[in-house]
Amino acid sequence: MARVLLNLPRSAAKGAVIEIRTLIMHPMESGFRPGMNGTILARDIITRFTCEYDGEVVFQAELSSAIAANPFISFTTVATASGTLSFTWEGDNDFRQTETRSLTVT
Amino acid sequence: MRWLLLLAALAAAGPRIAAAQPRMPPQAVAQPRSGTQDMSRELQAMQADDSANPGMLWVQEGEALFHRAEGRVQKACADCHASLTGVAARYPAWDDRSAAPMDLAGRIQHCRTEHQQATPLAREGEPLLALSAFVAGQSRGLPLAPPEDSRLAPALARGEALFRQRRGQLNLSCAQCHEDRAGLRLGSALIPEGHANGYPQYRLEWQALGSLQRRLRNCMVGVRATAPAFGAAEYVEIELYLARRGAGLAVEAPAVRP
Ligand code: HEC
Ligand code: HEC
Repeated sequence: MARVLLNLPRSAAKGAVIEIRTLIMHPMESGFRPGMNGTILARDIITRFTCEYDGEVVFQAELSSAIAANPFISFTTVATASGTLSFTWEGDNDFRQTETRSLTVT
Repeated sequence: MRWLLLLAALAAAGPRIAAAQPRMPPQAVAQPRSGTQDMSRELQAMQADDSANPGMLWVQEGEALFHRAEGRVQKACADCHASLTGVAARYPAWDDRSAAPMDLAGRIQHCRTEHQQATPLAREGEPLLALSAFVAGQSRGLPLAPPEDSRLAPALARGEALFRQRRGQLNLSCAQCHEDRAGLRLGSALIPEGHANGYPQYRLEWQALGSLQRRLRNCMVGVRATAPAFGAAEYVEIELYLARRGAGLAVEAPAVRP
């Protein structure tokens, strides 16, 4: 499991815009760099990030080779109802990791 | 033509800087300036925000490793150590057993091989970097306070001499950049005073966390000098001098640098 840092409020007022910040440990090997022996290192990147709010996709990003290691993604959503936010990173070599957090809306 | 080249080389060598033992014990820079202050506002914000500073990923990993039982005795670091607050601020320190100065990574390695009886970790490998980041992070905000220990004096003096010694094909000393030219530019990079208060550190250029020794190696390779292997006594001596020179600066590990 890759290390992840997630930063979002535990609770928010109904209708409020909340900021979510995510950081995941990943090499994002571009697929263009030669390794120590001169052969090109195989691409190993995260290709997609998805945030679902109670099963509904509220944010999605497609990542590509030019993105730095340990990608940081920050975005906002509107607190509509108490529920679960899930964060999924998918990529090369069957990489797939999901983290969840609950949000209380008052 | 050959003469001309020779002359050019001699001129470039310039007057030899006395690398003799300093007469006075090495002192801190009068008002040391952390490399953080020389960075863009954006990078400063990235370093200051624990949810944006990628070094915190290693701190988190280090915390997990700290609590994991290892080695023949199946003990975790946490079984013997509660808090290590302030420890990183006074390293490198004297080690009785090896009768030599030891840096923080060396101390952690020693605990691993002696107290946990586990196989040594690679010096620049992820687990040792993560453990170092977790331990160093516990000293964040505390002033660098190198130990007043007379047994360290000879190594400290050697460290200062190494700092002032010209090296490499470019024949430059650390001091020529980090003392004489601090605040000026080398290409696009601003030359910092070269302090050691932010290690291990996340460099955007590395796209990873690295140790102070890796940083020193970068500077040595930069002047086309041969860099010693990680863990060499020469690095620890320079680290010792850097700690003295930056005494009083707040520990900022894990710092972020371009
Ligand atoms: C079995 C007990 C034991 C375990 C396990 C252990 N240590 Fe230690 N540690 C010590 C002792 C004892 C010292 C004091 C120096 C010495 O005798 O080696 C020490 C010293 C240290 C110091 C320096 C403290 C100072 O004040 O200078 C650090 C840092 C440290 N240990 C980190 C770790 C880490 C990280 C781990 C896990 C990888 C670990 N230790 C595992 C017993 C242990
Ligand atoms: C040619 C100039 C030059 C020389 C010589 C040089 N450095 Fe550096 N050093 C730099 C620059 C420029 C940086 C800033 C980082 C960068 O952009 O590469 C730096 C960064 C550092 C840092 C990191 C500071 C921080 O805030 O994290 C340390 C420590 C350091 N140098 C120590 C040394 C030591 C010790 C030596 C001698 C072995 C040395 N340097 C030799 C130019 C130099």
